[in-house]
Amino acid sequence: MAKILMCGNEVIGEAAVHAGCTFYAGYPITPQNELTHYMSFRMQESGGTFIQAESELAAINLVLGAAAAGARAMTSSSSPGISLKQEGISYMAACQLPAVIVNMMRGGPGLGNIAPSQADYFQATRGGGHGDYRTMVLAPSTVEEVWNLTQLAFDLADEYRNPVMILGDGILGQMMEPVEVVRRHVQAKNAAGTHKPWALTGCKGRKPNVIRSLFLGEGELEELNRIMQMKYDKIKSKEPRFESLYTEDSDLVIVAYGTTSRIVRSAISKARHEHLHVGMFRPITLWPFPEAQLQKLAKKSKAFLVVEMSAGQMVDDVKLSILGQRPIHFYGRAGGGVPTEEAIVEVIKDILKPKSRKRVYA
Amino acid sequence: MGKITIDRDACKGCGLCSINCPEKLIIMDESMNVRGVHPARFRPDAQSADLATDEQKCKGCKMCAIMCPEVCIEVYR
Amino acid sequence: MKKVFERPASLRAVPTHYCSGCGHSIVHRLICEVIDELGIREDVIAVCPVGCAVIAYEYWDFDCSEAPHGRTPCVATGIKRVHPDKVVFSYQGDGDLAAIGTAEIIHTANRGENITVFFINNGVYGMTNGQMAPTTLIGQKTSTSIHGRDIARDGYPMKMSELLSQLPGAKYIERVSVDNPANVLKTKAAIKKALKHQMEGKGFSLVEILSPCPTYWGLSPKDACRRIEDEMSKVFPLGVIKDA
Repeated sequence: MAKILMCGNEVIGEAAVHAGCTFYAGYPITPQNELTHYMSFRMQESGGTFIQAESELAAINLVLGAAAAGARAMTSSSSPGISLKQEGISYMAACQLPAVIVNMMRGGPGLGNIAPSQADYFQATRGGGHGDYRTMVLAPSTVEEVWNLTQLAFDLADEYRNPVMILGDGILGQMMEPVEVVRRHVQAKNAAGTHKPWALTGCKGRKPNVIRSLFLGEGELEELNRIMQMKYDKIKSKEPRFESLYTEDSDLVIVAYGTTSRIVRSAISKARHEHLHVGMFRPITLWPFPEAQLQKLAKKSKAFLVVEMSAGQMVDDVKLSILGQRPIHFYGRAGGGVPTEEAIVEVIKDILKPKSRKRVYA
Repeated sequence: MGKITIDRDACKGCGLCSINCPEKLIIMDESMNVRGVHPARFRPDAQSADLATDEQKCKGCKMCAIMCPEVCIEVYR
Repeated sequence: MKKVFERPASLRAVPTHYCSGCGHSIVHRLICEVIDELGIREDVIAVCPVGCAVIAYEYWDFDCSEAPHGRTPCVATGIKRVHPDKVVFSYQGDGDLAAIGTAEIIHTANRGENITVFFINNGVYGMTNGQMAPTTLIGQKTSTSIHGRDIARDGYPMKMSELLSQLPGAKYIERVSVDNPANVLKTKAAIKKALKHQMEGKGFSLVEILSPCPTYWGLSPKDACRRIEDEMSKVFPLGVIKDA
C-alpha cells in the first residue's frame, strides 16, 4: 500500500473521518490551523458537518450538542483556546458524553508564542476544568502514531463515554512524514445514535432521554461521581499505553513523551555509542499514566531523568510512580524552547558520571 | 353554560385566574391549602354563593385556565 | 358538558418549583400545548438553560439536554446539525441569552441555524437571587442595583430581538408577553408559528416573551402583570420584529 506525505495536523483530520467523525467545530489558532482548514472541506466531502465557530468556547459547546445527539464529534485548538474549552470539557465528562479534543500545544502561559511546548500537561491530565473528572490523554510522537491514536481516541471516547484528548505540539502538527493513508472517498459513518441508547434522537418508541449534569437531590451527585470514579478505575487498569527503549539494561531511564521523545531517542543513540547505559520510557497515554509499568523499572534502574518542553509537569507523575525509590532528575525548556540532543547528552553525562565532569550547560 | 374544576392543593394562590375571569366567578378562598396559601375557588362551589345566578354566568371562556401557571384548572362547556 | 381545557399530555403532571405567578410555568405549558397540537413530541429535542428553568426537563416529556450557561444555542445547533429532521429548540432567560451567551446567540442567528429560540425576558436574574440583567429597566431596583439601574454605571436595557433582526440569517422574530389571557394566546400563536417555521426549513426563529417575576420585582402576581403592560412593554414593544 502506498504511503503519502501528510502533515500531522491534516492526518488528524483524515484519521477522524476514517473513524466516523461526522462533526467538527473549531476556531483558528496557530499551530493547528491546518487541521481546521482540512476539516472545512473534508467534512463536507464525507457528508459531515463543519462549523467555524465564533470562539473556542462556542466550538466545544457545538461538539457537546453533536455528541449529545449521538455523533462522533471533534474540536481542536492550541493552549489558550483549550483553556476556553475547560468549562465544556467538564460538562461533557459529567454528562458522560464522548468527544475528541485536540490540543497542539504552543508556548505559554498567556498568549505566549507559536513555538512547540508541553506545558499543558497539568491542564490535560489533572482535569483542567472544575470538578472531579479526568480526560483520557493520548500523546503521539510520530505522524503515523497520530493516524493510529486519533482513531483510537474516538473508540475510547465512545467506549467510556468520556472526552479524550490528543496532546500534540506545533512540531508534530507541522511536520510531514509518510503515513499509510488511502485518501479515498470515505462516507462518514452514520453514528446518529443507533448504538447509543442514551443519545438525544427524538423519543419515538422509548422514554425521553435527558443529558444533564445538575443533580441537586441529596446524594445524587455523589452517586454520579462514584460511577465516574469506577469508570476511571477501569480505564486506569485497562488502558495505559507506553513504549520502552533499552530499559532492560539501563542505569538511567529517561521519561519523555511526544516530540521530546524523538529528541531523547537520538540523544540515547549518541550516549549508547559512548557506552552509557541509558534508555527511555515513553508514556503514550498520559492519563491513565502508566505508573505501574514505570514503577517496575525502579527495581533495576538507578535513576530517572524526565525531559519536557515545560518547567516540569510530567515529572510530578514520575515522582508519584517511583515513590522515592530512586532519584529523579529533570531537564526542561519552557516558553517554547526545544531541547537539543547535545544538551540532553550533557545532562545524561552529568547524572551518570558526575565526578569526572566539569559542569557545562548548553 | 360552563364550569371549571380547580385542583385546590396544586394552586399557589397567584390570583391570576381570579383577576382575569370576566364574570368574577373566582375568589381566593378564606382557608389555606397544604401549601399555606389561599387557593382559588370557583364561586358556585362556595357555600356563600348565589348558586342559581352564578352557575349560569360561567361561559367556559377558559380565560382562567389560559392564565393559570400551575395547570390547576380544567374547563367544561 | 365536555372538557374544553386540560393539561397537555407532554407536560408532566408534577408540581413545579416555580414561584406563584411565574411566567415560566405558563410558557412551559404553551410549548407543550403546541407540541401536542402539532403531534411532534417524538421529534422534539429541547435544550434547557441555566436559570430558573434549569430543570425544565423535569416537566417536559420529550428529549432534553442541559447546556453550560449561555451556550444553549451552540448545543441546540450541534443537535440540529446531526438531526436536521428533528424539531430543536432552545429555551433561555435574559442572563443566558443576553449576558453570558450574547456571542453565541448572535452567531447562531447569523449562521441562520434552523432552530427556534424561546427567550424568556423577565428583566432580572431569578435563580441566583434577583440580580440585574441586561434587560433590567433604568431605575429598576435589583440585588446588584439597590438604588436602581443607573445608566452611567450599568448602561441601558438591551433589546435583543431588535439587535438580532439586523442579521440576514435571522428570519422570524416576534416579541410577545404573558401578562393577560389575550397576550398568552398571542404567545401560543407565536410559539406555533416559530416551530412550524423551523419544520418548513425556513431558518432561525426567535420568540421573546415578556414574563413576570413577582418575587424579584417585589410585586404581587397581579401587579407584576400590570408592570409588564405599563412599563416593560414600553421599553420592549410587542409585535412582529421580523418576518422575512
